[in-house]
Amino acid sequence: MNGRPILPMIATYLVLLAVTLVFFGPVLFMLVGSLKPDELVLAEAASWRGWVPESVSLENYRSVFERVPFGSYLASSLVINGTIVGLGLVVNAFAGYALARLQWWGREAMLAVVLAILVIPFEAIAIPLFYQLSALGWRDDHLVQAIPFVANPLAIYLFYSFFLGLPKALEEAARIDGAGVFRTFVAIVIPNSRAAFASVAIVTFLFHWGIYLWPLLMTTSESVRPLPLGIATFYTLPPLAWGDILAFGVLMVLPVLVVFVVFQRWFVAGVAATGIKG
Amino acid sequence: MIAWRHQEARAAWLLMSPALLGLGAFILLPFALALVMSFTSLRLGSPLSVEFVGLDNYREAFADPAFRRGLLNNALFALIVVPIQTALGLALAWLLDRQLRGRWLFRTLLFMPVVFPLSLVAVIWVILFAPGPDGLLNGVLSALTLGAWTPRDFLNDPVWALPAVMLTSIWQGTGFQMVVLLAGLQAIPRSLYEAAAVDGAGAWRQFWHVTLPGLRNPLIFVVIVTTILSFRVFDQVRIMTRGGPQDASTTVIHEVVRTAFDRGQVALAGAMSVIFFLLVLGLTLVQRWSMRQREEGR
Repeated sequence: MNGRPILPMIATYLVLLAVTLVFFGPVLFMLVGSLKPDELVLAEAASWRGWVPESVSLENYRSVFERVPFGSYLASSLVINGTIVGLGLVVNAFAGYALARLQWWGREAMLAVVLAILVIPFEAIAIPLFYQLSALGWRDDHLVQAIPFVANPLAIYLFYSFFLGLPKALEEAARIDGAGVFRTFVAIVIPNSRAAFASVAIVTFLFHWGIYLWPLLMTTSESVRPLPLGIATFYTLPPLAWGDILAFGVLMVLPVLVVFVVFQRWFVAGVAATGIKG
Repeated sequence: MIAWRHQEARAAWLLMSPALLGLGAFILLPFALALVMSFTSLRLGSPLSVEFVGLDNYREAFADPAFRRGLLNNALFALIVVPIQTALGLALAWLLDRQLRGRWLFRTLLFMPVVFPLSLVAVIWVILFAPGPDGLLNGVLSALTLGAWTPRDFLNDPVWALPAVMLTSIWQGTGFQMVVLLAGLQAIPRSLYEAAAVDGAGAWRQFWHVTLPGLRNPLIFVVIVTTILSFRVFDQVRIMTRGGPQDASTTVIHEVVRTAFDRGQVALAGAMSVIFFLLVLGLTLVQRWSMRQREEGR
């Protein structure tokens, strides 16, 4: 565009730059702090010096692996999240498809139930669920941290709305060719719904990576505990070494940052779609 | 055709059953248990037999000063965090909704805190809130006020503990509002702005008469979600302050967990869970209703 006023443009950049610095500041603080000696993390925090470390070392990272079973926390997080995302995609996509496309007695009632369940926050059922599963003797393993989150009303709803928007013609053609419900779903619907599967998978993964309350209630062994409990424990473990703790933080958030940056488009689309549809 | 319909119904139930089993066993059943439990005298390790006690637990919950403090804190959380976060998110989305170099980078960096696990966010901010002149926030405030600021221990200060947790949440959540509102802004047809400009509307009037009405749904959505999240706060409080000092920063869920696990009062915790659920349900209904009202009023 010609003759676009230059001053508002500069002002926009300056404001954005300032706000971005404030928002990115704590992330940068974590990165820089993880690379310098423990005693300097706080001592230099409020000065300019603190942001440009004189000597960079990976000592803190080595220390993390020495002081806590980081590998075990990471493995637990991966197993728990892999189970939730993997099984969740199958279970919730199935349900979403049955609700969106198939004709059956009880469909409307079931849809209403799913939407009603959407309103129940996990925190409201955490305590009774804890006693329910403890009574069965099921606690303190990886699966108990994953299975309760596989069937997810929000994921069902997202799949349901996505499948509603797919053109019916393809499925009808497949049926006329004699394909049954499952064949149609696997051969026609799934390949045409990659966007929905990708955004549900990514949103589910990012959401559950930080899961804290449930593992806190259900686990006692460090060997099955995921990263969020790991950092909460590490941070209370003497001697208090801020550099080590920040290094743990960097290692813990790295997988989600990679997923987020690589799949940003899907993720943002998924979040935005839920927002616009409301 | 009838055989096929029959096959379809069978397939539907088959497809539905794993989800149904999961939702039933892990959401509906514990929800029902919370309800039933809340009307009994169930206590862990108590030799007394379990009895039906009517609404006693609910009375006890509302009489419990810590739980009341939690309710108040959650309400304050919603009243303060939601408007600030929404205004900030909207302002940032509005700034980013134009042709800019590096827009992708700004958006990525601003959104980044949203994907950080809350436990990590809490630990980072504990360090930023560190007491004494070495603490980052204390240092910045003292530099900004030319030394007039007295360094304090934010997280152990009854006045500052809750605002500190709020600030942490605002930092973590604003990017979410921004992304949803940005997508909403981009969905408003440019032609509406052009028409408004032709009618002589300046930037400010365009914002009020084109932008805000066009953002109605995304705005209601982010406000609902953030308000509900304000009532669910637990992780940050647990890690940063443990609800202290003297319950100054406790929340409903923090009290539910404490009542069940530290005090063993399972039934009371059940009643608190039910109260918490009713609150969230009420919020959702009020906001859904207001959404419909405005839709009809147009």
